[in-house]
Amino acid sequence: MKKTPIIALIGNPNSGKSSLFNQLTGLRQKVGNFPSVTVEKKSGPLMLEGQTEATVVDLPGLYSLYPKALDEQVVIDILANPHHEDYPDVVVVVADASNLKRNLLIFTQVADLGLPVVLALNMLDVAEDKNLQVNAVKLAMKLNVPVVRINARVGEGLDNLKKAIVQTLEKPTSFQKYYFDPAEQFPELIKEVKKSSQLANNYLALHYVQQHDIFSFLSTEKRVGFDKLIEKYDFKESGFQAAETMHRYAVIDGLVKESVKTTDNFLVKPLWTQRLDNILLHPFWGYAVFFLVLLTIFQAVFTLASYPMDMIDAGIASFNDWLKETLPPGLFTDLLTDGLVAGIGGVVIFIPQIAFLFLLVALLEESGYMARVMVIMDKLMRRFGLNGKSVVPLISGVACAVPAIMSARSIGNRKERLLTILVTPLMSCSARLPIFTILIALVVPATPVLGFFTLQGLTLMGLYLLGLLSALLSAWVIKGWVANTEKGYFVMEMPTYKVPRWYHVGLAVWDSVKSFVTEAGKIIVAISIILWVLATYGPGDSIEKAEEQVKQENPMLQGTELDNAIAAQKLENSYAGHFGKFIEPAIAPLGYDWKIGIALLASFAAREVFVGTMSTIYSIGSEADEDNGTIKARMRAEINPKTGKPMYTPALAFSLLIFYVFAMMCMSTIATVYRETHGWKWPLIQLAYMTVLAYGLAFLTYQLLS
Amino acid sequence: MKTIADLKIGEKAFVKEFQQVDLSLKLLEMGCLPGSEVMLDFIAPLGDPLGIQVNGYCLAMRKEEAATVLVEESI
Repeated sequence: MKKTPIIALIGNPNSGKSSLFNQLTGLRQKVGNFPSVTVEKKSGPLMLEGQTEATVVDLPGLYSLYPKALDEQVVIDILANPHHEDYPDVVVVVADASNLKRNLLIFTQVADLGLPVVLALNMLDVAEDKNLQVNAVKLAMKLNVPVVRINARVGEGLDNLKKAIVQTLEKPTSFQKYYFDPAEQFPELIKEVKKSSQLANNYLALHYVQQHDIFSFLSTEKRVGFDKLIEKYDFKESGFQAAETMHRYAVIDGLVKESVKTTDNFLVKPLWTQRLDNILLHPFWGYAVFFLVLLTIFQAVFTLASYPMDMIDAGIASFNDWLKETLPPGLFTDLLTDGLVAGIGGVVIFIPQIAFLFLLVALLEESGYMARVMVIMDKLMRRFGLNGKSVVPLISGVACAVPAIMSARSIGNRKERLLTILVTPLMSCSARLPIFTILIALVVPATPVLGFFTLQGLTLMGLYLLGLLSALLSAWVIKGWVANTEKGYFVMEMPTYKVPRWYHVGLAVWDSVKSFVTEAGKIIVAISIILWVLATYGPGDSIEKAEEQVKQENPMLQGTELDNAIAAQKLENSYAGHFGKFIEPAIAPLGYDWKIGIALLASFAAREVFVGTMSTIYSIGSEADEDNGTIKARMRAEINPKTGKPMYTPALAFSLLIFYVFAMMCMSTIATVYRETHGWKWPLIQLAYMTVLAYGLAFLTYQLLS
Repeated sequence: MKTIADLKIGEKAFVKEFQQVDLSLKLLEMGCLPGSEVMLDFIAPLGDPLGIQVNGYCLAMRKEEAATVLVEESI
């Protein structure tokens, strides 16, 4: 046995594979990527008998080894390549016993590759409700592999599963015969492939012929070689694949007849699913419920999350004050408080929102409701060139565009997926929220409207609606320019409704929060520190000269006023100040000065940096005292040197608000679009069209309002 | 020729033939094979997509996709 054997979980979507993975690994699971692809990889340690620790890898759910979506490609890429770091020593095929035939298809394919397999029969309770009696012993004899009955939702049968895994690791069941042998029809072709690629398995050889184009481990020469073989033997790829699938189902039919007793007919939906579908797919109630669900999500993300967010905000602020008082004053203390702690605070404060959003999205997905939303929204979304499945990225985009864009992978149609990726960043993400709230609070009064709304709240909602509307309209405009090169399908399984398990939902939330803090956190903290340095130092001795300069120009100034003027001059002379001055001509038509220019540039790393930057700039520019302790107060006190009136007029604030609704101010999003579309073309187009929208509309707003 | 898109809710039929190769590969893998009995389960509010019961579960597809699957009343 290997020192840390690798156990891969494979199975249909909705077969309970992820539940089993959660039960086996719990909080020890890690989320990462498969090497050289961006497919999310979940893995975790599993203690087997004795001292052996195995690594469990959860592979993307699929119906067959012939991938139909991007995520699924990674499975055959691993299984066909024994040198892959995730190549499994044992494969556990998780099968939904209430849908055994369809779930056994992938089992027979994996078994035909000659991999050691354990079959985990899940959802036997659902099968029994459907009057299906699955005889696991008979099935094990027929399939010649260990078959274990499990209940992944509650964690039953895990010990037996571990025993079966150990047993298979120690003494793999000998390969008996192919469920489907491609050599029966193409003996010469299979022989030639086996010889040239040094393979022992006929079915693996077939996959080299059928799927060499997506095998990352093959050289281009080799791929061309396979194309020549296909021509030489007049091999029809699609036709052969169809014949394979039908042959497998014929074999499976026989197996299932002998090991499953049933009295029911196959066309009846479970009662509760039928009842819920009657409501949730109803022409009126379906949309009414969906609207309510959306409202609940927004309410939770903005209202419920604001309580823990305020607490975190206050906590960070008092911690920062405490640090400033306790530590000796100096550069290091400044860097720690104004740079690092302020930056970390900017990350931590988003945790409640992200957690709430992912909690609700996970609940919708676990319960089976999300599939219904996709169905009722498909036709509407298609008018804009999108897909019913675009609903998930668009909703998730309210939290963060990065996971949202990645979730667009489930969209089979290339064009619809691309459009979804291009417009998702227009959904106002949680990073824009602090910018919105602070600017709205500056210029919009909290006048009550209709009793429980306020003008501020309505303005905020208006900005979100503007984001949604522009996402749909942009998709509608762009769709005419994107060619549809590939056929993709909407075809998808409608899972039965299930009561969500809190443990699984909780783990999903934990994972997303953890990856947000580590991924986004790194960037934000780095930017905060860089910015602090750029705002504190300047070229040559310009910073040192600032004091003299101020004293010479304004000999009358004294006390606090003098200190403020010196601090402001220092900022102006710093690297950041030069930066801001440099771009000032370009942003002046929008009403922005060089200080806002610094914040704009800094926020390109991540929008949430904007408020932090404003706070850094204005705090460097002045002493904190009772009156101007908060960033809002400092911004309110800022005077426009040209007019002598407050800098933040409604025109400027709305111009900034509109700018941030449309601007693609996020490097992580650009990087994600680059990875997802495999090139710079689309991220650059997206950056260009969003920047044009942002600049143009902010310009219009400023000119109209001022 | 009658297709899945022509079925009424609750109406049953048997899959006869696929007219679109790539889609047929997907449907075959999902257990919707020639000879399988299907029943139209629901039509989404705006008339599209629709859902069929097949092989013990519910499968949703767009109307234009359903229109490429020929069916007949009996085998």
